[in-house]
Amino acid sequence: MLVDSPPEQRAETAPAPPTRRAIRAFGLVLAVAILVLVALASIAIGAKELSLGQVWHGLFEDSGTYGDVVVAERLSRTVLGLLAGAALGLAGAVLQALTRNPLADPGLLGINAGASAAVVTAITFLGITSLSGYVWFAFLGAAAVGALVWFLGGSRGATPVRLALAGTALSAALYGYLQAVMIMDDAALGKMRFWTVGSLSSASDSIIRQVVPFLLAGMVLALALSRPLNAMAMGDDTAKALGANLNRTRALSMLAATVLCGAATAACGPIVFVGLMVPHVVRSFTGPDLRWILPYAAILSPVLLLGADVIGRIVARPAELQVGIVTAILGGPVFIYLVRRRRTAQL
Amino acid sequence: MSKNRRSTVNRLSAENVTLAYDQRVIAEQLSVEIPDNSFTVIVGPNACGKSTLLRALSRMLKPSTGRVLLDGQVIQSMPAKKVARTLGLLPQSSIAPDGITVGDLVGRGRYPHQGILRQWSTEDERVVQESMRQTGVAELADRYVDELSGGQRQRVWIAMALAQQTPLLLLDEPTTFLDIQHQIDVLDLCAELHEEQGRTLVAVLHDLNHAARYATHLIALRQGRVVAEGAPKDIVTAGLVEEVFGLRCQVIDDPETGTPLVVPAARKARVGAGAGAEKTVATEAS
Amino acid sequence: MKTTNRAVRTPGGLSVRLDVRALTVVLLLLVAALTASVVLIGTGDFPIPAADVLRTLFGEGNAGQEFIVNELRLPRVLVGLLVGASLGLGGALFQSISRNPLGSPDVLGLGQGATAGALTVIVLFSGSANQVAAGALVGGLVTGLAIYVLAWKRGVHGYRLVLVGIGVSAIVTAVNGYLLTKSDIVDAARAVVWMTGSLDGRDWAQVWPLLGLCAVLVPLVLCNARGLRMMEMGDDVSYALGVRVERVRLLLMVAAVLLTASATAAAGPVSFVALTAPQLARRLTRAPGPNLLASLCMGAALLVVADWLSQRAFGAEQLPVGVVTGVLGGVYLLWLLVTERKAGRI
Repeated sequence: MLVDSPPEQRAETAPAPPTRRAIRAFGLVLAVAILVLVALASIAIGAKELSLGQVWHGLFEDSGTYGDVVVAERLSRTVLGLLAGAALGLAGAVLQALTRNPLADPGLLGINAGASAAVVTAITFLGITSLSGYVWFAFLGAAAVGALVWFLGGSRGATPVRLALAGTALSAALYGYLQAVMIMDDAALGKMRFWTVGSLSSASDSIIRQVVPFLLAGMVLALALSRPLNAMAMGDDTAKALGANLNRTRALSMLAATVLCGAATAACGPIVFVGLMVPHVVRSFTGPDLRWILPYAAILSPVLLLGADVIGRIVARPAELQVGIVTAILGGPVFIYLVRRRRTAQL
Repeated sequence: MSKNRRSTVNRLSAENVTLAYDQRVIAEQLSVEIPDNSFTVIVGPNACGKSTLLRALSRMLKPSTGRVLLDGQVIQSMPAKKVARTLGLLPQSSIAPDGITVGDLVGRGRYPHQGILRQWSTEDERVVQESMRQTGVAELADRYVDELSGGQRQRVWIAMALAQQTPLLLLDEPTTFLDIQHQIDVLDLCAELHEEQGRTLVAVLHDLNHAARYATHLIALRQGRVVAEGAPKDIVTAGLVEEVFGLRCQVIDDPETGTPLVVPAARKARVGAGAGAEKTVATEAS
Repeated sequence: MKTTNRAVRTPGGLSVRLDVRALTVVLLLLVAALTASVVLIGTGDFPIPAADVLRTLFGEGNAGQEFIVNELRLPRVLVGLLVGASLGLGGALFQSISRNPLGSPDVLGLGQGATAGALTVIVLFSGSANQVAAGALVGGLVTGLAIYVLAWKRGVHGYRLVLVGIGVSAIVTAVNGYLLTKSDIVDAARAVVWMTGSLDGRDWAQVWPLLGLCAVLVPLVLCNARGLRMMEMGDDVSYALGVRVERVRLLLMVAAVLLTASATAAAGPVSFVALTAPQLARRLTRAPGPNLLASLCMGAALLVVADWLSQRAFGAEQLPVGVVTGVLGGVYLLWLLVTERKAGRI
């Protein structure tokens, strides 16, 4: 019963008129410029302010001053924000196209629940306490649940509704387990309550090195899926008529989304709202063509994530607000505004 | 004044209505009378406001100015169920709930005749059976609506509207998605309802030739204005078709019924006559 | 065959064959809920055989049993039944109104809203249990109002309702996360137990308001159920059939918000009952339509069985009931999905 509203404007099969394409391409360049600015701000702003000169110095002329140490630390945090943000945005866009449901996000398909359950298991039963130790558990948990949802959702016969229901059901069971452990084990609670809000502050080179290959592979796969997903947006029958291989597209989409969310969640904890919101925002000005939605989502999601991270550092100085909290508080009103503005929300 | 008129006036009419979605105005100061006991068909090119007019007549859309009158009362001010016992509507798109059977769906048309304490009378039962028989879906009663073909499904929805047992029945493009045989079936059914049961029917149809053959009263719309109305034989001319649809054509007598038959001019003769030819008309005549 | 079935006139449905099934399901669920209740009352540090429980309930037990049953365990079970019923019914209403199986109060942010109210009281004021309940009630109602107002734009479109709900839910969840990180570990532990949903220490003070509310709202909702059934065919068709769509929707939404918020105030946001109970009910009755009564009974049965499991299944360690409802409801829904796939439905 999920609403499969057919796209109001069909994804263009013919190339868009040159002016519109030029505007979109220009917008993309503009988005990149904003991203660079936000990234620089993310390096400069924090408990200790740095001038642009110090940032430059720290980035390119490492000479071991205090400023350089701060830059190095903030750099890894910024890189993680860039990668994780892009991953979440892409994963959200792919999942929404795959399930034809604008509510689809990593949470819906149980990926967050899988990562969380695996991390709590690692903390409580395996005695792992370091953040870099969680990474693999979170990733494996997310991947296992992604695969399980795929098979329970009917694998070859998977339909959007079944996938969503399977993800929800599995989440229900896993969160039950998670809460049981958190209630019985205070140590787990102490750690998990910080992990579950999502944060970039744990960034370190070792964590980044662990997740980078997965993030990059996932991004390439997601971007490559834009054409088949465009075809699928027009309904299963039309897609078949257009020669799209539905099962392969669905399987690959699940794979891409799982790898991207799994790796991002492993590194930063479950940051829920970015993947849901950014594709919506993007769709409101690109229309339903995934060839534009995906690149825009990949660039604007880190803008939101890093921007939120910077703001979180400013408002609660010298402490900071976790990025997951700021993203939702910033993004929520924008999201509601967009939903209200459009006549009917459609994919 | 309006009291005097009520005895002679038709049951359903729109007076000077302005129809708009959000800020987009579809029609301004439009007045339409639906003659009692007629089979009225509204025709016009795409986006001329014919479905919008039907929505206003069936109180789905509230006019921003002007009023729609049913039996002399402003339709919006009447109790919802009372209207639903007088006037039925078959919308263009409807959602069949998951896993519903044909019998169940048709039975839902009895809603305006039911109450908390009178949920399913023998009369309801009889009317539902009768409606399914008339539309030829009686043998499908236990099937799931999702399993039916497009034509069968459309007949089920018509059966639901019939079960509502209203003297006035409004149909928004009842023949879309049907093949030619089922289109004719549906239109024959409408004619039967009109002739044998004396119901007043209002339909929006795409196909001008179907409209001309079945309608007793035709309303031609263009850009939210009534261009012509009256019996098809009186108003369907080559001039009117060109004015309303921008299509050059000949109008001849239908060899079967003697009603007007629109034959679009050959492609070469039309060059320069402009685009906007109604595709359905073109394919019909070919 | 169907015609003969239909000759039997039962109120409530169009097809008696479907009706019999739905009615059987409702009755069986009712029996299951009541049986589980009796077993649950007999369960604890001082076990009482079922026969004695029944005797005591009818006023013929001995003094000791009477105290344990009537003062300690009966109110808890009643709260469980009422909370489960309210959540099941509230969930069915929301899913039907939003035409989305995920459109449950959990997803729309009502649970989170109530949680925010409760967490504020726990973390910022270290309030008593009753104050926490009041905070949750206020939080839930304010969130429900906010969602309706924000989703309103010449009527509440089901789709917009869900999307706005998700936005509100995300904001409120973030606030909750913030409150949780700000709290000290004792308050955090209390908050997590509350957030899971628990029936521990519930007494008659919780039963009466909930019972009163249900006594008013359940009949009200069931009276409007036929309108809701029509609305599943889309606003146009139901409007054409004489359903006052916007009025029915507002009325039922207010009822659903009240049911959910008060249930959450009484027991915490017991996870996934509102989401799974209507889905389970629907698959058991195999009837289209909102299946309100079956969802209500399913919610009550689910919660009481889960409470029994949470007390028995983990040895000495007692878990809050929300843990079990999540696992139980989730696994059951998965099992149904798998079997349905084998049976070729959906």
